[in-house]
Amino acid sequence: MRKWCGERGVRDWFHLPFAWFGDRTAFTGFRIPLQFFPTDRRLEPGMPFILLAPVYEGYTADVGYSGALGGHPVQERLLADLEAHRELILREVRERRSLREIYADVDSLMARQGYANRHRAYPFGVIAHKVDRVRERRFSPRVFGFGTQSLKGLVADALHGHREGWSPLWSPYRFSDHPPRPGLWAVEPHLGFRGTGAKFEEILVVTDSDDPRESAFWLDDDLPHVRRWAERKAQGMPKHEVEDE
Amino acid sequence: MTLPQGARERRVRTGGIELCVAELGDPGRPTVVLVHGYPDSKEVWSEVATRLADRHGLHVVLYDVRGHGRSGAPKPLRGGFTLEKLTDDFLTVADAVSPDRPVHLVGHDWGSVQAWEFVTVRRTEGRIASFTSMSGPSLDHFGHWIDKRVKRPTPRRVGQLLGQGAKSWYVYLLHTPALPELAWRGPLGKRWPGILRRMEKVPTGAYPTPSLPSDAAHGAWLYRDNVRSRLRRPRSDAHAHAPVQLITPLEDRFLSERLYDELEEWVPNLTRRTIAAGHWIPRTRPDQVASWIDDFVTSVEQERAGEAAGQGREQGGGPVRTAAAGRYAERFGGRLVLVTGAGSGIGRATAFAFAEAGARVIAVDRDAEAAARTAELSRLIGAPGAWAETVDVSDEQAMEKLAAKVHTEHGVLDVLVNNAGIGLSGSFFDTTSDDWRKVLDVNLWGVIHGCRLFGRHMAERGQGGHIVNTASAAAYQPSKALPAYSTSKAAVLMLSECLRAELAGQGIGVSAICPGLVNTNITDTATFVGVDAEEERRRQKRSTRAYGLRNYPPEKVADAILRAVLLDEAVVPVTPEARVSYALSRFLPRALRALARVGPPL
Repeated sequence: MRKWCGERGVRDWFHLPFAWFGDRTAFTGFRIPLQFFPTDRRLEPGMPFILLAPVYEGYTADVGYSGALGGHPVQERLLADLEAHRELILREVRERRSLREIYADVDSLMARQGYANRHRAYPFGVIAHKVDRVRERRFSPRVFGFGTQSLKGLVADALHGHREGWSPLWSPYRFSDHPPRPGLWAVEPHLGFRGTGAKFEEILVVTDSDDPRESAFWLDDDLPHVRRWAERKAQGMPKHEVEDE
Repeated sequence: MTLPQGARERRVRTGGIELCVAELGDPGRPTVVLVHGYPDSKEVWSEVATRLADRHGLHVVLYDVRGHGRSGAPKPLRGGFTLEKLTDDFLTVADAVSPDRPVHLVGHDWGSVQAWEFVTVRRTEGRIASFTSMSGPSLDHFGHWIDKRVKRPTPRRVGQLLGQGAKSWYVYLLHTPALPELAWRGPLGKRWPGILRRMEKVPTGAYPTPSLPSDAAHGAWLYRDNVRSRLRRPRSDAHAHAPVQLITPLEDRFLSERLYDELEEWVPNLTRRTIAAGHWIPRTRPDQVASWIDDFVTSVEQERAGEAAGQGREQGGGPVRTAAAGRYAERFGGRLVLVTGAGSGIGRATAFAFAEAGARVIAVDRDAEAAARTAELSRLIGAPGAWAETVDVSDEQAMEKLAAKVHTEHGVLDVLVNNAGIGLSGSFFDTTSDDWRKVLDVNLWGVIHGCRLFGRHMAERGQGGHIVNTASAAAYQPSKALPAYSTSKAAVLMLSECLRAELAGQGIGVSAICPGLVNTNITDTATFVGVDAEEERRRQKRSTRAYGLRNYPPEKVADAILRAVLLDEAVVPVTPEARVSYALSRFLPRALRALARVGPPL
């Protein structure tokens, strides 16, 4: 994956690409965030996977998808249930609720759905983080697989935010107890259920507009998982949705 | 005659002997051949055979092994019971009852020992579709098992060898000449039904049959003709050519469960089952045995049908559903489990854990949607059946209705988990009698209703089972902040202990689980008395946060519950703090009392 991106003009990484297979999609047995990085596991039929990626020409495009080779009933269910989270996050961001509150609401929706919150295992337990333009340099070292250029941006934001009372990391902690800041947020809710995980990572655009529809929107609505939800609705398949009121 | 109504008997000739064969059920259905052990006759299967024919709709065949029951005995007896001759008998019976299709073989005790021979010799290939083994190892595998432990002894291996050596005392006695015959035809034959009743808790009525003394006397030659020769020179090609299901009773007096440790070497397609019972499971656990046989027959038949249709295993595009492995799956596969409070927290995690082990799950919660969700996800992760029921456990009439419905639709429970509970915190004097009623109704009466309604059927069935009650670390740890809750949970703990004593004689275990601080929504829905609504909400949030920081997952409690059922544990404190306070309550109760005076920082 790294090679493929490198050939297509990717020079720096927010973090190196991740690919999780099998029970690693649910972070089974992960204790420290460094266990994210790739192992030699081979993808086999029926194994669920999650893929995430990189920076292009200075624009961070930290996005990710999950799926399973040859169909996996549990993961299909998880993916279907992610839709409620996508809607919930957008609605509450438009309502300008505090990030920490939204985090708690996502958490309780997961609990009601019967799943475990696996983004808790990310650094600082973040469900999302700000992404920004980074300067493209020829030399782009990495620390623990995270690009230093992007980290620098994050750290700079963090310092700014600390003085002004906001944070570029969307976490369950007190430093996230503020309404969303305008900018690009890479949102990555991650569900786990008994050895299977599913997530999406998408860019949520937050603006300072007063119009609620303009104040926040998903950067791209034409994505594999969104299309899948729409298809399912079109087919009139019984979509089991858990209420999120 | 102890065979059920409608059994058709016939006689089949083989090698100069007439065998007595009985058939039940529709001959058009898959055929199951049941082979009895020593000292028994085919009547040992009567309970299982009726269930297989009536409830599961199979074609059931039983026969008296030569020298037993109403079959003829070889003359002379010596040399007339070799495994080769027993294989001839089986093939003759199989050809007579199912000439076109291979049969599903089931053996118990010596029936299983000889069936291992049938399923590992070449000349029966294509005649056996599957084999279910109970309490009878292959003599060849046993020979290799001993050989390995003698030639390369380690302390553990020597221990296993001595353990099985001690359990085999009767085998040595049977090798003495004439004495066993005298004993069986004399006092032992008379006393045997009483011994079975007392020692093995086998219900004796029409079983054992009057032919017992001669069965047992002839059957001694099964041992004399085969054991020494096979154990000394075990065959090295004794690989099974059909799928095998091994049912191991864990309280078997005569066979160690360790005997089957290396069985995968010999059986490419092995399904393991364990059951908490003694040697005579066809008599003591007929429901379970019959349903496992049926499950196995069905799955093998489906696979054969799939192969015949040329589809192989990749049909449907989905992943291959492999049977769950592991000790929980061996024990709980196909069993019926009911969990109350299964809509969230520990109850939901427990339902999932049983589902993953392949159990059939009934998820009960007063929140219909949550229960339905638990049931749905349970089916996704491996439960062959999962149903949701919306019931408030404190409502006696609703519980009675639930029990009636469950017993008619699904049968008697194998495991009952009384888990539903609510929290209530605050000073004793702020707790009104309504508050008390609410807590006791759910936490105590819910458990009482569950035990009474479902436990009674379990006890009446007389085939074992298990009841798990979720108590709490608060059951033995006093606290000034939780008077009502702790009282209700202490009652649950004592109820479990008393019930355990009462049901011990019937093979039903009762466990009390004391979780401690676990990250569930109990704090979010708990009542805090003596404060206004806003303060209550604040305390709910604070306690939820504290429990969240502690972050002990309900999945670990669920695991403790499954282990408690597996090992029949009486009282199980789960989290480390629950264990510490359990130890304190026994050795330093005064320390615990001092701790009780400290209020939680809310």
